[in-house]
This record gives sequence, structure tokens and C-alpha cells, in this order.
Amino acid sequence: MASDNMKMRAQLKGAVTEVKVLMSHPMETGRRKDDGDRLIPAHFVQLLTATLNGEPVLEAQWGTGISKNPYLTFRLYGAKVGDIIAVTWHDNLGETATQQIIVS
Amino acid sequence: MQRRNFLTLLFGATAALFWMPINAVATAWNRAAFETTKLNEATSSLGIIEEIASDAILINAPDKAENGAIVQIEVKSNIVNTETISILVEKNPTPLIAHFKFGHGAEPFVVTRIKMAETSDVKIIVKAGSNYFTNAKNVIVLENGCG
Repeated sequence: MASDNMKMRAQLKGAVTEVKVLMSHPMETGRRKDDGDRLIPAHFVQLLTATLNGEPVLEAQWGTGISKNPYLTFRLYGAKVGDIIAVTWHDNLGETATQQIIVS
Repeated sequence: MQRRNFLTLLFGATAALFWMPINAVATAWNRAAFETTKLNEATSSLGIIEEIASDAILINAPDKAENGAIVQIEVKSNIVNTETISILVEKNPTPLIAHFKFGHGAEPFVVTRIKMAETSDVKIIVKAGSNYFTNAKNVIVLENGCG
């Protein structure tokens, strides 16, 4: 999937690094109908993982109740400027995307 | 090799190939908890038996949401040794929204945007050690966000 799927920012503020992630994903519940009254199949991110320099820091399981184009902020202690934070998601149709950002 | 055996083998191999990438995620994803339409089944599928009410779970959410399709929720746990934060919406078709697990220097804090079908409590459950703590905030939804 295209690397522009995720927009990320990681900023060190004092002792805490705040990471903001905006993903591009339809997050279809499977209960919505199209114009022809046909059900649109469920299509949603199920698993999201974040790592700091390769070490897992956050693991999220999601259902269909996360909004379209998911947004997430999380905070890390002990990260330094230049450290690498990576976020990966997997959805229910086997699609996946990864993006990484350097702490600034 | 008999034709039937060959076909069975071929089908099995194809099925294994097809399911493999999804399975890796499926093992980590709590299907029972996320697919149930009942709040108590969602919590029991997460292994929660008893919840203790706690003001040390801070929920920042709007009192009124214009559009239930996008409701921003901020959750912070001041409970020592917080391991997980779960977000549930009592009156959504499937109440469990998200389950976050924190490790290695991650603050028990999260901001995300959720869908709300109607006016409901947003219920947060925090796991710390073997205990579960809970807090809730009511959000009035003016226009529903579920389809």
C-alpha cells in the first residue's frame, strides 16, 4: 500500500514524546448500504502496533467503531530526538500499511 | 496419488495460503469481544469479571456530539501499572470499540475518534495487575454516525 497512507508526527516535549497518526482507511462496519441498497462489506483495521527503535510500545485491537480515516495520539517516555517510531496496521481483508517517523 | 486425495491436498494448500496473512492478525484480534452485540459479553470476553469505579480514569469527550460519525475521545489513566485501556460504547451495535495495550515506556494515554450510533455512555475499562477499573462519560449524539 502507498506510503502516503499514514501521516505521522512525533515531537519530544519535555520528557514525553507525543505521536500523532492519521490513517487513510474506509472503516466500513458491514452494516452500511450503498445506493443500490446492497450491504457494503465490512472493511476495517483490526490491529495496530507501534514500535520505538524496533521495540513494541503499543498494541491496539480495533473494532468497526473507530471512525473512518482513523486518528490516534499516543505518548512515550524515554524517546530521544532521532529515535525511530514505526506504526503498522492490519485490516480484516489482509491489507497492511507501515509508516515510520523520526522523533523531532 | 488418487485424484480425490490430490484435490483435497490442493484445496487444503490453497486454503492455507489464502488464510495465512489474515490468521496472523486473527490470533491477536479478540473476535468474540469485538463481534458481540452485548456489553456484558464484550467485557467477559476480555476476561473482566469485576470492575471497580475509579475517578483516576480521566475521560475527555464532548458533552454533545453534532455528528456521531466522528467523536473525539481522550483517555488518560492515573492508575499505577495500567496495562490496558478498553473503550466501549454501551448503545453501539457492537459495544467494544478499541482495546489498547501499553508497554515499555508508553504512557497510559490515548486520543482517538469513534463512531456513536446514539446518545450513550462511553465506558472505559483499565486493567492494572489483576484488577479492572472503570469510569464512564455520557455523550449526547445529535446525528447518528453508524451505518
